[in-house]
Amino acid sequence: MGGKYYVARRKGWRGLAAAAWVVLAVACSAAMHWHLRQESMDRAEERLVSMCEERARMLQEQFGVTVNHVHALAILISTFHYEKLPSAIDQDTFAKYTGRTSFERPLLNGVAYAHRLIHHEREMFESQQGWIMNTMKREAAPRQDEYAPVIFSQDTVSYLARIDMMSGEEDRENILRARATGKAVLTNPFRLLGSNHLGVVLTFAVYRPDLPADASVDQRVEATIGYLGGAFDVETLVENLLSKLAGNQDIVVNVYDATNASEAMVLYGPPSLDNEVPLLHVSMLDFGDPFRRHEMRCRYRQKPPMPWSAITNPLGTFVIWMLLGYIICAAWSRYDKVSEDCRKMKELKTQAEAADVAKSQFLATVSHEIRTPMNGVLGMLDMLLGTELTLTQKDYAQTAQMCGCALITLINDVLDRAKIEAGKLELEAVPFDLRSLMDDVISLFSSKSREKCIELAVFVCDDVPKVVIGDPWRFRQILTNLVGNAVKFTEQGHVFVRVCLAENSNVELNHVLHGTMNGKDGKFESTANGAFNTLSGFEAADRRNSWQYFKLLLSDKESLLDELESEKSNQSESDRVTLVISIEDTGVGIPLHAQDRVFTPFMQADSSTSRNYGGTGIGLSISKCLAELMGGQISFTSRPFVGSTFTFSAVLKRSYKDTSGDSGRSLSEALPTAFKGMKAILIDGRPVRSAVTRYHLKRLGIIVQIVNNMSAGLKAFSGQNGATMSREKASMLFIESDIWRPKTDVQLLNCLRGLKNGQLSEVPKVVLLVTSEADKEKYGSTFDVVMCKPIRASTIASCIQQLLEVEVPERKENQNRPSFLHSLLVGKNILVVDDNKVNLRVAAAALRKYGAKVHCVENGKDAISLLQPPHCFDACFMDVQMPEMDGFEATRQIRQMEMKSNEERKNKLASCEGSTFVEWHLPVLAMTADVIQATYEECIKSGMNGYVSKPFDEEQLYQAVSRLVVGTTDSAV
Amino acid sequence: MAATPMNQLSALVNNMFATGLLDEQFQQLQMLQDASAPDFVSEVVTLFCDDGERIIGELTKLLEKSSVDFDRVDAFVHQLKGSSASVGAQKVKNTCIQFREFCQQKSRDGCLKTLDSVRTEFYDLRSKFQTLLQLERQIQGFYPK
Repeated sequence: MGGKYYVARRKGWRGLAAAAWVVLAVACSAAMHWHLRQESMDRAEERLVSMCEERARMLQEQFGVTVNHVHALAILISTFHYEKLPSAIDQDTFAKYTGRTSFERPLLNGVAYAHRLIHHEREMFESQQGWIMNTMKREAAPRQDEYAPVIFSQDTVSYLARIDMMSGEEDRENILRARATGKAVLTNPFRLLGSNHLGVVLTFAVYRPDLPADASVDQRVEATIGYLGGAFDVETLVENLLSKLAGNQDIVVNVYDATNASEAMVLYGPPSLDNEVPLLHVSMLDFGDPFRRHEMRCRYRQKPPMPWSAITNPLGTFVIWMLLGYIICAAWSRYDKVSEDCRKMKELKTQAEAADVAKSQFLATVSHEIRTPMNGVLGMLDMLLGTELTLTQKDYAQTAQMCGCALITLINDVLDRAKIEAGKLELEAVPFDLRSLMDDVISLFSSKSREKCIELAVFVCDDVPKVVIGDPWRFRQILTNLVGNAVKFTEQGHVFVRVCLAENSNVELNHVLHGTMNGKDGKFESTANGAFNTLSGFEAADRRNSWQYFKLLLSDKESLLDELESEKSNQSESDRVTLVISIEDTGVGIPLHAQDRVFTPFMQADSSTSRNYGGTGIGLSISKCLAELMGGQISFTSRPFVGSTFTFSAVLKRSYKDTSGDSGRSLSEALPTAFKGMKAILIDGRPVRSAVTRYHLKRLGIIVQIVNNMSAGLKAFSGQNGATMSREKASMLFIESDIWRPKTDVQLLNCLRGLKNGQLSEVPKVVLLVTSEADKEKYGSTFDVVMCKPIRASTIASCIQQLLEVEVPERKENQNRPSFLHSLLVGKNILVVDDNKVNLRVAAAALRKYGAKVHCVENGKDAISLLQPPHCFDACFMDVQMPEMDGFEATRQIRQMEMKSNEERKNKLASCEGSTFVEWHLPVLAMTADVIQATYEECIKSGMNGYVSKPFDEEQLYQAVSRLVVGTTDSAV
Repeated sequence: MAATPMNQLSALVNNMFATGLLDEQFQQLQMLQDASAPDFVSEVVTLFCDDGERIIGELTKLLEKSSVDFDRVDAFVHQLKGSSASVGAQKVKNTCIQFREFCQQKSRDGCLKTLDSVRTEFYDLRSKFQTLLQLERQIQGFYPK
């Protein structure tokens, strides 16, 4: 929920960010666009200004040139006309001269000279000239103070002749202004008479030559003799000018007379400029007339085109911004998605893990729950089998029981696996006799191996300690699994179990130079007769057990005479021993394609395997887990149709205690020692097998001589004729059944018997070793005893005992667990604390059964008051859940009390030297119905020594008590 | 076979095993009975019956109240569970386990329901036990030690 809200909020925030980003991008692009436009505008304006100024300057220049020329003309007139009688210039001369010099004044379409005439001179002037002045309107000029009749005119303006220029209002003003200023003055623009072009009239006063330069206005007026005038065709002028300049097409030029600022008059150009075009430049024109202001206005004909870059660049920028934003956004959302996925994954992972744990727990629970009713079923079947049944019924019942047992085994396997997976499996550390454990395992499969006629043998190297500390049940489980598989998959040949120390195994491994692992290398040596030098003569997958290497293993031990000695020599070595156990079979082997999943649970070599051989395929995976738990590993070598060799290692602890003397601890029946020093001859052609047989005989203390055929055996017998003591003579002859050639060897044997009858006091006993029950019956008559393999020290012992009628001292009471418990608990004072009377009664009875003296109390407080040191109790069983004061609290208080009294006593004892001080530490065991890890931890935390489940389970009680004894042997007594 | 008390007894016990009333713990009890404690089974069974009856009475009282003290109920059920485990009264024990779960959930209805089943199972068991004890007494009467 929170996550969703957070996501939504973040999404909103991101939308905002995206909008801001877009706005930013737009603003940036717009700014860029504006800037570029501004720049281009500036450039255009600059260009306009320069063009405009250039035009204005040129126009002004040309105008100036023209005006100067008019000035020159004025001087000409004042020089050649004034007061010259007759004048040096007449109309013709003037017209001709001006006509010929008109190229000097390209802007003036013509010049004319008007004479200054005062009214009183009019008559004389008119008479002198012979014409009457006309006004502009071609009428006779009315009377005026002053006149300005045109006397000379250029041909182009001949229509001005005889016209009084003062009659026109504008001309009159012009004239007055011109003579006052002495400069060229201009009229307002108007349409010229001839060309109908816009133009202005230029008027220039002609003064008497003696006029001083700094003359006043009056002096000027007085010195005026006439006026020169000409019309400027401004339109043509500007037109010509512009046509000469570049960039004419781009700009529009207007020339205005701006004397009246508010109402400028057009001199040139289209009258109305469209105001759409933004740029405008105004240049001032100075035509020399101080009263008039002219200006040139330039603008572009068209709006200056927007540069492409002003559009493309911002657009590009915008696109880049957008892309960048998109990339960030994409990366962001990708990140979000990934982190979301990651979170989901984590969630799923925890779920999966939880599910896995739940699965394991479920498996454990269900397996457990199935076990209980199954036990009922099996018990009932057992009882059923005890009743009178017909053969068929018995068969059915037996089948049902077998199936039930198989189911229980499977459930146990599943439970084990689940426990291992849940990490709840804890290995025990109890001392056990490895050799007898191996024998037990072998004997489990003896009936099967006999049925199939395969050799089953076990060999334990001499340097393996007799007693090791570890978990015998788990160790046995692995072995049972592997040997069971081996027997199951082997139809002929042998199954050979070999145990030795890892160091030796490594030495031996180094000798295997051409390893032929998993059948990838086919090179195999064989003995001369085509058989392989293995236990049964069949080829094995791993050559390590063949005689060649087996020999090496034996060679360094040959020198060691006694097991005890070897053990002593080992004492200096480290506490840990790493055992390597290899189980070799000559079975079907594992197909190459299945070899890599052999240890995967429920995975068999192929589906046909379960059809042919049964089983679930969980055994190997459990074995692997267990081997790993024991600090070892498991591996195998297998060649299809040749066999497999499974090898596993386990790290165990050496036990230095001599268990044979320890009445309570021996986990297996002790071997009889009555045969020590006896001698036997073994006739066996296979070195590996003979080594195994010798190993078993040696355990009984029998000295073995090995020969490899019958006749050599007989020789060996005859060779020791000199020996006197019966003990020194070989009293037994062991013969392997495959060495036995019935026809020839029977004679040899008879010969031996005959020989003995005469020469030997004692007939040696002949024992035949066979692999199947069938052989046993076949040879029964020929031999003293026919022993069926697998051979074990104990079976040999009983067999020999039977043969030789050796007195074997009565074995001590069977040392199984109840008796061990009995020995531990007998005579001990035990306090049982439980609020539940029924429980109390039952627990008390159970403990009494083992000989303990039991005292019962019903709550923790009573227990504490009883356990006030000094007290006489040896142990206390405490219920965990009790009203008022529970077991944990009670134990804590007991421990506190003990500590206090220990302190006191220590102080007391400190004064008197030499006295041994034994601390009070009462073993307290919790009794609890729910045995879970947490409870166990709490037990330990509150100072308890262990726990037993309620109701008492013998096995568990044994474990707890034995642990207690191992841990606190001193304080418990 | 004649219905001797011995046969009746074994048939009864077998029946009780078969129906799941008892588990192997009861066998353990029987094994514990020997010369040193000749009346052990009957002693324990009587203890269990009395104890169970008392607890069931207490539980009924507790659960009748409007506000149920589940902790106390739980303590009682735990006791009953312990007793039944000790004598091997499997069914009662299993129902007690269920009962405790309801206690932890503080579900009064569930508690009442399981109390009912505990009660029926208990009384069923008790009647069987009583028959059993009677038979044992008979046997002991026949074969006095």
